[in-house]
Amino acid sequence: MNLTLKVWRQSGPSDSGRMVTYRVEDVSPDMSFLEMLDVLNERLILEGDDPIAFDHDCREGICGMCGMVINGVAHGEQRATTTCQLHMRHFEDGAVITIEPWRAAPFPVVKDLVVDRSAFDRIIQAGGFVSVPAGSAPDAHSVPVRKEDADAAFDAATCIGCGACVAACPNGSASLFTAAKITHLSLLPQGQPERLSRAKAMVDQMDAEGFGGCTNTGECTAVCPKGIPLDTIAQLNSDYLKANAK
Amino acid sequence: MTWTDHRWIPSVEDVTATIERGAATAPVSSPKSAPPAKRPSSRKPGGFLASSNGKKAVMAVTGVVMVLFLVGHMLGNLKIFLGRDSFNEYAHALRTLLEPLAPYRTLLTIVEVVLAASVVLHLWAAISLARRARKARPVKYVTKKSQASGYTTHIMRFGGVTILLFLVWHLLDLTFGVVNPKGSGSAPADRMIAGFDASRWWVTLIYVVAVVMVGLHLRHGIWSAFQTLGWANRTRYRALKGAAALVSAVLVIGFLAPPLAITFGAVK
Repeated sequence: MNLTLKVWRQSGPSDSGRMVTYRVEDVSPDMSFLEMLDVLNERLILEGDDPIAFDHDCREGICGMCGMVINGVAHGEQRATTTCQLHMRHFEDGAVITIEPWRAAPFPVVKDLVVDRSAFDRIIQAGGFVSVPAGSAPDAHSVPVRKEDADAAFDAATCIGCGACVAACPNGSASLFTAAKITHLSLLPQGQPERLSRAKAMVDQMDAEGFGGCTNTGECTAVCPKGIPLDTIAQLNSDYLKANAK
Repeated sequence: MTWTDHRWIPSVEDVTATIERGAATAPVSSPKSAPPAKRPSSRKPGGFLASSNGKKAVMAVTGVVMVLFLVGHMLGNLKIFLGRDSFNEYAHALRTLLEPLAPYRTLLTIVEVVLAASVVLHLWAAISLARRARKARPVKYVTKKSQASGYTTHIMRFGGVTILLFLVWHLLDLTFGVVNPKGSGSAPADRMIAGFDASRWWVTLIYVVAVVMVGLHLRHGIWSAFQTLGWANRTRYRALKGAAALVSAVLVIGFLAPPLAITFGAVK
């Protein structure tokens, strides 16, 4: 496969950045998207050029490090797929592919396609935890959890914090990420004591970071590689309103 | 565990257990020694109304108030099909409701105040959320493709502005009679029938566009309000979205029936 890439190049946080066009030849359809970029980067290094910086780690779709907006869609048009798990067979020979970083004020570009997602860490720090008494671990069955709740909590807990929801949201909102963390803990008995204070602290931190508000467009859940459902945001809304009513 | 002369001789199981326990009970440094990372923004979390979720709640509640009003308004409009007198009586009844317990126009004034407040608050929430959204994405995408189904979500702000402009025209036309051929002192039914006369077809056209815009606005707005107030979940989505589409369709048909009937001469 021969491809034309239009890639966002930005040498550092203070650079204004620009789209740069590259030709990539002899791409195997079995390559992952990141492997295709590796091939381009090897060539760029040999030519004495600066390789394209992008985040990646596990390359098996579970760490949440990789992520770029491919042809206007976070992680590309393949549903429920991280960029590392996206394969070149989904593209046509001769295709023109635009690649941009996540765009959000709370995710400043570090270099090229790498953004700083520390804002997510601070949202987690604000309340994405449960306080448990220290001591020996309790028996696994000592606290009963309904199957439905366990399933829904697990669905929410599969969030890998990649930031695609923010990237796709027309408002640059982090609601799906925050809602996934809130729902994951809200549905379990261990999360009950801090349930309302958690919702308030995490939503306030989300606002303080400069993320936008949710307008229920559903763009986030459509691009989420883990398919976090939109009703987690209803759970966030419910907990937040209850926290404020108290 | 085995204790000999106060000396602990660990077995393999003990070591494993100790490591696990050690991890769970490892000393946690006090918050004072490790201050939490400073937020990059100087903005302090304000009150409920300063939060994005608080604004959304204001948007949802005021939206619900306005939808309930629209249902009543639509039912009232349909009285024109029962004749001019029936319509005028209805308009008069709105003003004399609760009389003699309360003065003339009490209930109507209350409704007007609540509606005006709803419009202002809805607008305020929309503007401040839109400004927040614009700030959240200072650099736009070169290419951006929508993945969510439904175009209605993308015309909410545009639709809202259109509806607001229409509202100004609508009040000048049928409430104050300023731009109505019959003027302000005329009977409500006369204003309505003269306003949508076939010679003023362009007025009817404005109403058609505006009412369809209201319908599209509500198709997203109604279920969205339930989501914002935390009453939606995955089993209710289908029902909520269905109800939103149904209410929107009924309102569009109910609101367009009188002006179209007048313009095409079915109601005289």
